Amino acid sequence: MTTTPAKDTAHAAAALALGDDALVLSHRLGEWAGHAPVLEEEVALANIALDLLGQARVLLSMVGDEDELAYLREERAFRNLQLVEQPNGDFAHTIARQLFFSAHQYLLYGELAAGNGPFAPLAGKAVKETAYHRDHAEQWTLRLGDGTDESHARMQRAVDALWRHTGEMFQPVEGLDVDWIGLETVWLEWVSEVLRRATLTVPEGPRTGAWTAGAGRQGLHTEPFGRMLAEMQHLHRSHPGATW
Amino acid sequence: MVTTLTPLEAELLELAGSVPDPELPVLTLRELGVVRAVHARGADTVEVELTPTYTGCPAVEAMSLDIERVLREHGVREVTVRRVLAPAWSTDDITDEGRRKLREFGIAPPRVRTASSGPVPVELGVTRTRETRPEEDADPVRCPHCGSAETELLSRFSSTACKALRRCLACREPFDHFKEL
Repeated sequence: MTTTPAKDTAHAAAALALGDDALVLSHRLGEWAGHAPVLEEEVALANIALDLLGQARVLLSMVGDEDELAYLREERAFRNLQLVEQPNGDFAHTIARQLFFSAHQYLLYGELAAGNGPFAPLAGKAVKETAYHRDHAEQWTLRLGDGTDESHARMQRAVDALWRHTGEMFQPVEGLDVDWIGLETVWLEWVSEVLRRATLTVPEGPRTGAWTAGAGRQGLHTEPFGRMLAEMQHLHRSHPGATW
Repeated sequence: MVTTLTPLEAELLELAGSVPDPELPVLTLRELGVVRAVHARGADTVEVELTPTYTGCPAVEAMSLDIERVLREHGVREVTVRRVLAPAWSTDDITDEGRRKLREFGIAPPRVRTASSGPVPVELGVTRTRETRPEEDADPVRCPHCGSAETELLSRFSSTACKALRRCLACREPFDHFKEL
């Protein structure tokens, strides 16, 4: 894979943050393979995971060796958002995580694509893929929220549970020239509108500050992440250099 | 991307472009629009620029190997395939011939998108609803089998990320649709 070395440490740090978001969420979505509620969703989630893995490969290659970065780093060295490492939960939890993250990623890539920094080529490509991820999450949110009593209750529970992880997405990332406040405003308007159309209640709980999540960018992760990494890395670590 | 090709480069570009797509072998890489350029550096060293359809498209590696093999067979000693992301590939890069072949193969080709070049606008219409979805606009996705415009979306993602799964309401056949990107 051809790589474009990051020009300076700030850009490398940003590439690591965005690359880890994509890698970790890709792995979480891949865990649905063999377990999704219907075959079409099995395929959809795997395809979204593949898009994210492709983005992760480009971003991590800007920092160093993609395999070493993915498989040989310890938990504290990962810079992904805590949102993307959250376990899949039920299907509603996965959809809520997708709704929150893909709306954020779509806006962020859109802004990076419009600039001419080192991330513009990837962002210009990935924003088109992310538009489909966001659409997928939006349609499922509407269907589950405005569905049966059971699906409505589960979707609301998922939105409420993950809400406290959403403020972290708008913490400024060093090396990215982005209007974070503007991004968050548009994100909040869009997500709130989707939730309302889905007959769901926009949570009132805090998104930043005490009692919320948000130190993934500093290398602090939630308890389930260590177990996810153990599963993701164990083959590579057990059989260094193995090929087939 | 207008550059002057030497006769050798034009010949090698033709060769690289004639490689079949590993996943949709009815299409060549030229028809898919993914071979961007060929640069000859000296007599037997060549660099090929290849752009992926999707960032994570796993076929890129097979494409690179196939291009290297074909050019080596043609006597080029050193072949490097470089992956380029910008400008981003679009389904508009698929040639008319490519679209025709897709349809014959049973895949509804992507509809042509106008004004898709330039920076990607962040379109966040908060009032956007189902009614404005692309599949419900004036240019319907037609069934590649019977040609009917009455088709419905079954899944946004099909056998690969670049395709959606649809069903024809007239002949009832399910079919893949190459999504507009």
